[in-house]
Amino acid sequence: MKPTDIAAPDYFHKVVDCQWACPAHTPVPEYIRLIAQGRYSDAYMINWKSNVFPGILGRTCDRPCEPACRRGRVEETPVAICRLKRVAADFKDDITQRLPRPSAKNGKRVAFVGGGPASLTVARDLAPLGYHCTVFDGDPRAGGMMRSQIPKFRLPDSVIDEETGYILGLGVDFKGGHRIESMKALLAEKYDAIFVGSGAPRGRELDIPGRKEAAANVHIGIDWLSSVSFGHTDKIGKRVIVLGGGNTAMDCCRTARRLGGEEVKVVVRSGFEEMKASPWEKEDALHEDIPILNFLVPTAFIHDNGKLTGITFQKVKAEYDAKGRRNLVPSGEPDQTIECDDVLVAVGQENAFPWIEQDCGIEFDKWHMPKVDPQTFVSTNPKVFFGGDAAFGPKNIIWAVAQGHDAALSIHKMLSGEDVTERPLPEVHVSSQKMGIHEWSYDNDISNDKRYKVPHRDKVIALKDIRTEVELGYDVKLALGEAHRCLNCDVQTVFSTSLCIECDACVDICPMDCITFTDNGEEGDLRQRLKAPSLHPDQDLYVSSDLKTGRVMIKDEDVCLHCGLCAERCPTGAWDMQKYLIEMTHAGSACPTKSRSAA
Amino acid sequence: MTYIAKPKFHHPGLKKNELGYTHRDYEGKISTLCAGCGHDSITASIIEACYELSIEPHRVAKISGIGCSSKTPDYFLGNSHGFNSVHGRMPSVLTGANLANRDLIYLGVSGDGDSASIGFGQFAHSIRRGVNMTYIVENNGVYGLTKGQFSATADRGSKSKKGVTNTDNAIDLVAIALQLGATFVARSFSGDKTQLVPLIAAAIGHKGASFIDVISPCIAFNNHAGSTKSFDYVREHNDAVNRLDVLVGRDPIAVDYAPGTVQMVEQHDGSRIALRKIDADYDPHDRLGAQTFLQKHAAKGQIVTGLLYVDPDAEDLHEHLNTVETPLNTLEADTLCPGSAMLDKFNASLR
Repeated sequence: MKPTDIAAPDYFHKVVDCQWACPAHTPVPEYIRLIAQGRYSDAYMINWKSNVFPGILGRTCDRPCEPACRRGRVEETPVAICRLKRVAADFKDDITQRLPRPSAKNGKRVAFVGGGPASLTVARDLAPLGYHCTVFDGDPRAGGMMRSQIPKFRLPDSVIDEETGYILGLGVDFKGGHRIESMKALLAEKYDAIFVGSGAPRGRELDIPGRKEAAANVHIGIDWLSSVSFGHTDKIGKRVIVLGGGNTAMDCCRTARRLGGEEVKVVVRSGFEEMKASPWEKEDALHEDIPILNFLVPTAFIHDNGKLTGITFQKVKAEYDAKGRRNLVPSGEPDQTIECDDVLVAVGQENAFPWIEQDCGIEFDKWHMPKVDPQTFVSTNPKVFFGGDAAFGPKNIIWAVAQGHDAALSIHKMLSGEDVTERPLPEVHVSSQKMGIHEWSYDNDISNDKRYKVPHRDKVIALKDIRTEVELGYDVKLALGEAHRCLNCDVQTVFSTSLCIECDACVDICPMDCITFTDNGEEGDLRQRLKAPSLHPDQDLYVSSDLKTGRVMIKDEDVCLHCGLCAERCPTGAWDMQKYLIEMTHAGSACPTKSRSAA
Repeated sequence: MTYIAKPKFHHPGLKKNELGYTHRDYEGKISTLCAGCGHDSITASIIEACYELSIEPHRVAKISGIGCSSKTPDYFLGNSHGFNSVHGRMPSVLTGANLANRDLIYLGVSGDGDSASIGFGQFAHSIRRGVNMTYIVENNGVYGLTKGQFSATADRGSKSKKGVTNTDNAIDLVAIALQLGATFVARSFSGDKTQLVPLIAAAIGHKGASFIDVISPCIAFNNHAGSTKSFDYVREHNDAVNRLDVLVGRDPIAVDYAPGTVQMVEQHDGSRIALRKIDADYDPHDRLGAQTFLQKHAAKGQIVTGLLYVDPDAEDLHEHLNTVETPLNTLEADTLCPGSAMLDKFNASLR
């Protein structure tokens, strides 16, 4: 193998698994350390800069970071990154003084369609640069799906108000209750750029017999949630079936429990494990006495003269073909009918752009999605950008934020006369953490604690009021314990070949047997010769150049605890613990000289 | 010295030995020696050897004297018996323990000061008597704890860190051990675990006095140009006569060396040593030849390493003394005391 190029920003970025997995690349270990130090406001601002909605995401994020967390490969469970984010938001002081100031307008106008996370992120990035941002939304208040679809018992309005408020306070013009009905008309208003962040607003239909007849008691999940959210709906039948296995289904069933649903069941086509809902959301539903029934495909709504009485399901089983693909085939068992008074259909969401006319220069593909460049988020009309669910279909808030940052960068570049395909490299800060012979400026003593549970409100109380938040969040003590579980993966083990005397001290001390000194070879061959077996080939090997004896140092990054003992036991300082702080470049931040092509 | 404890977590894919232990289970406390000390590599090699042999930690007694090397038993086999004796007195404590309980595995850990200076006599007599033990000298040629004076194993002509040239002749502990009748004699280098680990494993399996001299560079005081015990010097002048694999238990290990170059040595405990010759003419069963070979190469400035001499049919002190098979410390009063009738009879025979 060739020596590892640690100067390439991606190499050490990948080692920080959580940050690498986060679409917005939030510097997770950095803010967790700040939480451990009680510097909640600082931790909040790091989040705010990167993911814009720390308080909201700290309650609702799909947490791609947690399955990636190295701790999950070292012991059973990852660090509760998401809920630590909430800690930063819960315990921070007033941070308004730290927010960017509304700056003098540069005369350029940007319109936003939809006031959800994608649009607000773009506006957050562009407003401080002097752009005049106008956000249009059909709802009276900003937040988009965060406000309309996420139940209040998971995300209180006060948090949405606060965090959307920070953005609108930057001088962003919010036009609530103003739904954009025509792209052509909007284009005619001669904005310098238009950002479409209108989400995926249409719930997928379930067109099976009886749908039309029983329509009065069959509700589309996201529409129903939105109706509950705005107070138009406040009750539901005693027996409710929720169809679908995603997070929307989980929100539907838990909401139904709070509006009078006594026997609420979730019925899913697939198996329990394959359900799209996050494991913790399934757990929360089960905790509220909502059974989840699997391998049942709805075949008909049963009704009595238009009054829904139940649903018939076909029983299926999973079969895997030669390529490992799953097919659901009838199991041959008799059909099952489940009685109910109401049905909530949460089988997916779709994009819908009835308001974009054919002839405004925006091309659509065969799936009726706009053709959008995945790097720059520009459509076939160079002045119109898409982001969030509107660009690539339903995903999570954090994706909308990440895409928003990229789109904002594109808009800024476009309006500055620069090439939008030239994407700046992330900003990287490197600093040794050495304080003394065996002292480091981070806590390298590895905690053996298991993951701390987030306290929940008593179920009886929680189920009584739809606006009572279920999760209470960590208190300071629990937060500190959880923060200490973080392995500080951003404090990198940096190896200097020229200083190494091959004394083996690092090999001997490494608690995880990560380090091997051996003859060089091809990667596949080297992975066979490591001191401990290579369990995750997707985790990089850090390879040195040739040492004095002709061997090379190989470090399997996989389960390194970043405890720094290799550096402590190294007599020559060939190992050093250096903090790699990687921040993604947003619109308006100083651009590093080197650049990476969009391809 | 490192202030934090070594994290308890270990690699999830670590192999377990027959007892279900990983090599981490054979560790002791975290080392307090200087960073990079060769002794820590010897510690790691002992851990590895005991792990590979699936030794139950409670069956090992580790005994040491005074010095950097003699601190190391604290860093391995945290669940074994240990005795940190007076300076240079490890061999007599070990001999006494061995006589009292012949069932334990005895690991004597010492240094060049502890064995070649203050404990030279003790070293000599334990070897001479054939105590069943593995005697490891962690040899760095320098008094590290007192800041770098030459020890008795420092080569004549080598330079101290301050630049002083050593005018005394060196004691070669391997040569002495051979002469005094050790039945397993080896030399190795802390920086070469592939050679050292099987040597320690083979020595533990040997019945009789096993002696291993391990050159172990002192990073703080003896790893400079002019030293003959530095990493660079030892790597340049290392003349390995053989390498070995220790084959234990049921798993047959395919030894894929060219025919004729491998010599199998059966040990008392049933293990076998597959000895791969590097020097085709070297015969590890020839004590006299080994002595000559050693001295010839020493004169050329080469450090001969490997298994230098082994007598697989050796006897140990207990056989010499014709003691009972049962460890003496478990003999009860009714076995030990012949009774008053026997005493009367005995006394009568002397009247």
